[in-house]
Amino acid sequence: MRKYTPKKDVQAKSYYTDRFWVAPQVAKSPVESDATFSEDLAAIKEKFEVLDAYIQVDQMVVYINAKDNFDVIKLAKEDLAYTQMSELSAIDWLADKGQFEIFYQMLSMTKRKRIRIKCFIDEQEPILSVEKLFRSADWSEREMYDMYGVIVNGHPFMKRILMPDDWSGHPLRKTYPLIGDEAAAWYEVDKIFGKEARDVIGPEIRDTARIDRYDTERFSRLGHEVPHGAAIPEGEPKTPLAYQEDGGVFLIKKFHEDDSVIITDRDR
Amino acid sequence: MQDTNRLRPFFENIAFDRDDNEVILNFGPQHPSAHGQLRLMLHLQQEQIVKAHPDVGYLHRGMEKMAENMIYNEFLPTTDRMDYIASSSNNYGFALAVEKLLDLEVPRRAKVIRMMLLETNRLMSHLFWLATTALDIGAMTVFLYAFREREYLMDLIEDYCGARLTHAAIRIGGVPLDLQDTFIADLKKFLEKLPANIKDYEDLLDTNRIWLMRMENVGVISTDMALSWGCTGPMLRASGVEWDIRKEEPYELYDEVDFDIPVSDKGDNYARYKVYMEEMRQSARILDQLIPMYYETTPELMAHAPKYISGSKLDIMTQNYSLMQHFVLVTQGMRPPVGEVYVATESPKGELGFYINSQGGPYPYKLKLRAPSFWHTGILTDLLPGHYIPDVVSIIGTTNIVFGEVDR
Repeated sequence: MRKYTPKKDVQAKSYYTDRFWVAPQVAKSPVESDATFSEDLAAIKEKFEVLDAYIQVDQMVVYINAKDNFDVIKLAKEDLAYTQMSELSAIDWLADKGQFEIFYQMLSMTKRKRIRIKCFIDEQEPILSVEKLFRSADWSEREMYDMYGVIVNGHPFMKRILMPDDWSGHPLRKTYPLIGDEAAAWYEVDKIFGKEARDVIGPEIRDTARIDRYDTERFSRLGHEVPHGAAIPEGEPKTPLAYQEDGGVFLIKKFHEDDSVIITDRDR
Repeated sequence: MQDTNRLRPFFENIAFDRDDNEVILNFGPQHPSAHGQLRLMLHLQQEQIVKAHPDVGYLHRGMEKMAENMIYNEFLPTTDRMDYIASSSNNYGFALAVEKLLDLEVPRRAKVIRMMLLETNRLMSHLFWLATTALDIGAMTVFLYAFREREYLMDLIEDYCGARLTHAAIRIGGVPLDLQDTFIADLKKFLEKLPANIKDYEDLLDTNRIWLMRMENVGVISTDMALSWGCTGPMLRASGVEWDIRKEEPYELYDEVDFDIPVSDKGDNYARYKVYMEEMRQSARILDQLIPMYYETTPELMAHAPKYISGSKLDIMTQNYSLMQHFVLVTQGMRPPVGEVYVATESPKGELGFYINSQGGPYPYKLKLRAPSFWHTGILTDLLPGHYIPDVVSIIGTTNIVFGEVDR
């Protein structure tokens, strides 16, 4: 029987894991262990529901409800002096719980502290744009939509940013294969030659590591030279050691294999 | 409406049937001053830009996707291809993020060598910036001079790791090699000449009438705008914010060396130019201090953490368990603990951040690359309107964007 492979997550998986192996955890410390962070957390807690909060690797992580994202970030920016939004993206948990985890990485230059505000949203659930607070979110949210298909409400120019506008699928989802899906294989064929040329051309080979040993047009065969484009499924023809260019090579008058000596002894 | 589905000429530059005088100019992606693959759609009233849409993605290779399908050590050389003008700084950002995740302590000699590489890369990047920006503006001599010095540094890096552009010279847990015998002597020779070289560039440019006309009061970024757009590095410092991660959140041995952070409150192209020039001097100053520090260290180069890092060559070749561990780490990869980390370092372009979410497997569950150039390109949307077409070239020049990093 063929081994079952989950379709919801097609990313590379380790092929062997010790069955007694338990993954260790990166240490989390309580927010109370840092004075600045506990003040910030108290200010957020005063107005909004905080689902979880801890410090991990010197940065505070705060989980909030997705509906509060704009207001919490506004509070962090205006009252808590987190004046820069370094990064914003999503994490795909669709296979496990059908949700995206959105994180907002923020920096306070006066306090020299970084916090990460996080929330969960369902697959089709929109999230409010924070572009009005940080212009940097303009491009990050476009990238998040492009890569994950997260719907962002209230964005001034919601358009794909890295992929072409007419691309189908969202590449960073776990369901999207590394070499691209069916639509990706036909994208350039359709675009350049039209759909009717599909039968003639065939899908694009997107596995960059694929080597066809019978392909004498695209792959050189060092030491087993055959004429360009020769069909060799039934074995290679004996090819004399000679230049294969039509009309010879510039500056070289003649070259005969029989008259030349092949050096086998390096120290000759 | 034209059918855009085929490669027939599609005249997007020309908007027909319009009542106003607006012209839409398509700038790039194959434009010599587009620094790679930037496409700008510029709405023009006469020569003045009224609206700008940067279009990126022409160099998108899906590095974050690749990272999810690679073991950690496998991904490290891929980071070279982000900011390929200063590849070691990307290697370092990634290595540091993984080290924070693993909670590793790197030996002191490795730290010194890493800092030497980082500062050499910063100098290479700034020299390259100066050369290309000057060339864009028409100062051919500066281009040749700056490339001469950069060539020397590339030879130096080549002596260390064998590569000139994509170095992969830093490993998770340390550095793979000690410095070559001639490295320090060559570096000293370079550092002796550098101040005079920088003075040469400044003599050529500082009071040059053309340079001033193209740079002064062009592309002014206010402090609020820089903060809001997530600008970092020289872009932010030229807009009046004194923020350098090396100083504020010191990593490696940056808290043990003396250096100043150049700041300007002007925010225009000229301010950024001055900040870059001063940063070169400061990098040279750091390198000067690193040379005696190097001699005070003991020769360990890699952290000792058998669960995550392969042993030394000697151990692997002589001890059975070390060989087994090495085999497992190479074929399966290290498995960091479950958790997440965001680590920012000061790359030559700005804040280079790596967000890693590990679920305890040999592949990162999610890896987000925070490349400074991404936002430095985005800011063109707000920065270009009001400027004229020739300013576009000098503004793109001083934002110092690299498209390996923007598109990732």
